[in-house]
Amino acid sequence: MSEYIHVLIMLVLAAATAGGMLVATSLIGPKKSFIDKMEPFECGESPIVSPKLRFSVKFYLVALFFVIFDIEAVYAYPWAVLFKELGLFGFIEMMIFLTILAIGLIYVWRRGALEWDR
Amino acid sequence: MWFLGFVLLLLKTAIVLTILLGLAAYLILVERKLLGRFQIRFGPNRAGPFGIWQPIADGIKMILKEDTIPQGADRVVFKYAPAVVATVAILIAAVIPFSRDAILWGYDIPMVISDLNVGLLYVLALSSLSVYGVALGGWASNSKYSLLGGIRGAAQMVSYELPLGLSLVPVVMLAGSFSLVDIVNAQACYPFVVVQPIAFVIFLIAAVAESKRLPFDLPEAENELNAGYHTEFSGMRFALYFIGEYVHMMVLGALVAVFFLGGWRGPWLPPVVWLVLKALMVPFFLIWTRATLPRLRYDQLMHFGWKLLIPIALLNILATGAVMLWLRG
Repeated sequence: MSEYIHVLIMLVLAAATAGGMLVATSLIGPKKSFIDKMEPFECGESPIVSPKLRFSVKFYLVALFFVIFDIEAVYAYPWAVLFKELGLFGFIEMMIFLTILAIGLIYVWRRGALEWDR
Repeated sequence: MWFLGFVLLLLKTAIVLTILLGLAAYLILVERKLLGRFQIRFGPNRAGPFGIWQPIADGIKMILKEDTIPQGADRVVFKYAPAVVATVAILIAAVIPFSRDAILWGYDIPMVISDLNVGLLYVLALSSLSVYGVALGGWASNSKYSLLGGIRGAAQMVSYELPLGLSLVPVVMLAGSFSLVDIVNAQACYPFVVVQPIAFVIFLIAAVAESKRLPFDLPEAENELNAGYHTEFSGMRFALYFIGEYVHMMVLGALVAVFFLGGWRGPWLPPVVWLVLKALMVPFFLIWTRATLPRLRYDQLMHFGWKLLIPIALLNILATGAVMLWLRG
């Protein structure tokens, strides 16, 4: 447990460093705000529409694939730690699992979900 | 006794933090110098001899700048998103062992801030967390460039998280532990790069993508998105993104050293020096690729990650397992 307290101390110190910089920058420095200056940057034009528009669904797809494949990849870690003890049995079990993972990847690939220009 | 240990820990943490931030600050100077040399010019050379005061001058300049928050921005998220990137990058350094245990007055002092038994998972978890800094910072700015940069950054970082994680599975198989201290100890005879060259290359490429450097710097592509997710940030908030990026480069260098190059192990020189030397190779590599390679297109970037790196990483796990079983008979 004490190892996690060490991490917590590191977190407090790191956050304090970052927080100190943020406080310093909001205290020091000029504050002259007027409406034109505070517009979001758009190469000199005033923004006409809100930037919170719809964006390509591909990004959502990538996020979904990541969740699926990452959860599957997480299963490989406990196996990897115990690999030497599990021996041939563990190896074959994992190969079956990785095959299923690979079939999933091939399915996604064949359905064209990894193509960006469709 | 308990108090002494606590003071020692604080001291150790503070030293690591200072060295890390110092190295990151000077890495910016080194990068500008090297890029200058690659392009046959001098680079910064006005602030002090060879420009050695440049990082300090930059820091003072940043802190004196106005802290602007654009109209319509999500003020709370906008204010704190930069801190996430820097804090997370610094926190990864907590599990990196930088020397063998020191014996001081009969006490055994571990030369690592925290020898977590799930060290490797901690590293992967934190490097996923830095996606939040990028995506939230880009989203909260209320600017189109920032939003595009933030989304691109998020998609790219989660995509390359997979090969990054999968390339470390063989390392765990060889070492039989998640603890970074144990992984370094397992490399007493030979560094893992000798037996795992493919995993090493995959990890290095995924690390370049994770740190959003050329040729994978789509989230902040200057000539299409101005500065991507940190377009609207100014002053120290902008500087925190920068510090986060350079600390991340240093930490990735240290991780490459720990996982594949034998960590602090090496002849003649002190262990800490070996670790820093090995860790600096990766930032140098990243700067070199920045000077050499053009930027990829976004579809090429995604295809490369999903269609090439992930299958190779999976095959590498299979091959490693088969060879390990065969050698054991």
